[in-house]
Amino acid sequence: MRTFNKKQLIAMASIIILVGALYVGCNDKKEIFQGDAAAHVYVAPGSHDEFYGFLSGGYNGQIGVYGLPSGRHLFTIPVFSQTPVSGYGYTEESKAMFNTSYGFIPWGDAHHPKISQTDGVPDGRWIFINENNTPRIARINLKTFKTVEIIEIPNSAGNHASSFVTENTEYVSAATRFSIPITTEKDVSISSYKENFQGTISFVKVDKEQEKMSLDFQILVPGFNYDIAHAGKGPSAGWAFFTSYNSEEANTLLEINASKNDKDFIAAVNWKRAAEFAKQGKGKIIDGQHYRNYYDSKTHISKSDVIEKVRILDPKELPGILYFLPTPKSPHGVDVSPDGKLIVAGGKLATVIPVHSFEKMVKAIEEKNFEGEVSGIPVLKYDAIIAGEVQNPGLGPLHTEFDGKGYAYTTSFISSEIVKWSLETFQVVDRIQTYYSPGHLMIPGGDSRKPWGKYLVALNKITKDRYLPTGPELFHSAQLIDISGAKMKLLLDFPTEGEPHYAQGIAAEVIKDNQIRFYKIEDNHHPYVTKSERDAKVVREGNVVRVYMTSIRSHFNPDNIEGIKVGDEVYFHVTNLEQDWDLPHGFAVLGANNAELLIMPGETQTMRWIPKKAGIYPFYCSDFCSALHQEMQGYIRVSPAGSNVAIKYGTGN
Amino acid sequence: MIASVILIGVYFQPIWMIRLEAPQYPEGIGLNIWVNKITGQQPQDLQNINGLNHYIGMKPITPDSIPELKIIPPVIGFFILSGLLVAFSGNKKLLITWVVIFVIIAISGLVDFYLWEYDYGHDLNPNAPIKVPGMSYQPPLFGAKKMLNITATSLPHIGGIIVAVSLMLGFISIYLSKSEKGN
Repeated sequence: MRTFNKKQLIAMASIIILVGALYVGCNDKKEIFQGDAAAHVYVAPGSHDEFYGFLSGGYNGQIGVYGLPSGRHLFTIPVFSQTPVSGYGYTEESKAMFNTSYGFIPWGDAHHPKISQTDGVPDGRWIFINENNTPRIARINLKTFKTVEIIEIPNSAGNHASSFVTENTEYVSAATRFSIPITTEKDVSISSYKENFQGTISFVKVDKEQEKMSLDFQILVPGFNYDIAHAGKGPSAGWAFFTSYNSEEANTLLEINASKNDKDFIAAVNWKRAAEFAKQGKGKIIDGQHYRNYYDSKTHISKSDVIEKVRILDPKELPGILYFLPTPKSPHGVDVSPDGKLIVAGGKLATVIPVHSFEKMVKAIEEKNFEGEVSGIPVLKYDAIIAGEVQNPGLGPLHTEFDGKGYAYTTSFISSEIVKWSLETFQVVDRIQTYYSPGHLMIPGGDSRKPWGKYLVALNKITKDRYLPTGPELFHSAQLIDISGAKMKLLLDFPTEGEPHYAQGIAAEVIKDNQIRFYKIEDNHHPYVTKSERDAKVVREGNVVRVYMTSIRSHFNPDNIEGIKVGDEVYFHVTNLEQDWDLPHGFAVLGANNAELLIMPGETQTMRWIPKKAGIYPFYCSDFCSALHQEMQGYIRVSPAGSNVAIKYGTGN
Repeated sequence: MIASVILIGVYFQPIWMIRLEAPQYPEGIGLNIWVNKITGQQPQDLQNINGLNHYIGMKPITPDSIPELKIIPPVIGFFILSGLLVAFSGNKKLLITWVVIFVIIAISGLVDFYLWEYDYGHDLNPNAPIKVPGMSYQPPLFGAKKMLNITATSLPHIGGIIVAVSLMLGFISIYLSKSEKGN
């Protein structure tokens, strides 16, 4: 067979694109490719992408992992939603991850992933993501791509301005998009919003040695809708910024009633000062029942702690922890420049992008340059803090990221474009269409001190005709844009799973070599582990039957089991004895009202099964593991309740 | 003398290695054969090679069942000590005897290795799931061989090279002592 070298391939790809562009050009006026776009995103078979992209899955409750620049979908990390493909949320080991003060919740709305940082640079250790609907924050280990901890945020509703980390991952933030009664009586009339509804901004402490999150303190704030946040960096590292809208405090028809004021606020929180107050025992301890669910690293079993109380700080009593920066028209995004000096707001109904100066903000606070107070919180003078306004930024500016080379990139939702502007002159220097209506955008490291300013991903809310149609429901679309030159260039259009809100990107080499390939069987401390085939057994304890089963290519041990009765509570504790990369075994039983197990090498996973009818039940490996995968099966005999068939089991007899 | 001293290194490095490469094992898996043990090149490799071999009915490689692994270390020890004695004695006859015995032992080691390979490759479980008529699975003694989807490569490891160098040094010393006599 003839093989082609890289140059020939590029040449061929260019011809194909050229012909394609001409052809499409005749049929359609849409801009398709520019120049040698395909060559830029072509990652040869067997080669790896330059960046990992972590795209929130939005209402699928997961994180999608994509390779950039190819746009290849590499993996989906199960986080807040039960995931039958791996048994996450169905196995006995993982169920506790879904516990909340409202009970077991099988679904979540994942919004803003954020990679842990050291010195303001993504360090690739963990990725955090918030759950908006039932306020929670998850921590995912980037050595295993596994969710290892989920903490619930009490006294909150609509955890949207989350999960943003401080410069050295001291804290992860959370805030209320929906204000609710918190310190007041809970059962009140909705129309008493202005008197009774409040918000909270929460700071979750990250203990890096213990690998543990805990809710350190909450700040009681007026009943606005807190939207997005970003922590400061460098000079502003001690601060965090939260946009808010609905300063009108409307409780119905917000699209009209919350869009009246010319300016809403960015809440600037001096978190270092607040943390000191919390450490000194200031504020009040109030009710705030919440769950902390975590994987025990030795047993791989999730557990839940219940915490009853939280510390709440009232900024009216503790001055200096909260100021309001007036910001035009229902600001959405708030982004801090790589040098930490500028705070960019996306006023979604504004005609300009306001850019606040951190330096001026500090000066205005020192000089008490206030235009007044709202609910006892000082409001700084707009003119005293503004560094500049970007004129003509497109309609509906939302979010901004940075390239580290002096430019900012802002999405404009309504005009469906990304505008590039200078952080020196605040002039727009370039603009590019997206397809269609971008929400967030992501430049790898683009919200950190050191962006990898090579690619930008537009995360769009509307797809329409971009791909082959799939009925009424469509994946969301994303565009990869080259930002290495003066002009932005569209390189690639690719569909994404769920509804990606925010995303994170990181150079592949930061995490790719840290990957764990399998779990060492000798480190498996699961209480029901079976470390060798000799130890496989079936044990009856009353009506509970525990099957200690092993799986290794290409058989289970035991694979013939008798003595199970209708109504027994059967636990299959299946240990995958393989010690090789990419060798999971599956486990599925006829008629089980449950998901399959997908057991990684060296891991033990448990399926609970209550047989309802007498008969013979086959089980098998559901992951094509080997040449004799189809032979990897077994039988369970289920006898009627009360029968006296003895427990009997084995393999190969 | 150097010939004996470098032999000490044999205790710390594998003598031989067998690497297996297959489409499913792009990074390869392999065995290292030491004077006293057989290990995977990665900790899990031995288990995985045995796992693969069970499909063709090959006996699992269990280092405890190979008596040679207990015999070789004292044999090497003997050559180190005797080599040193020979060096100090300066007796050419003894030197030649040392080299000749060493050659014989080295060759018999290779023959023994071949026999083990033959045994593993031919003594297959008749109930093996994969049976290819006429196929045996003896890895090569030296070099590479493709068997079904797997390419097996067998080469001396550092320890084996040390043995070869030690032998060569033995020959060189014989040659040198010859020319000394000539002078």
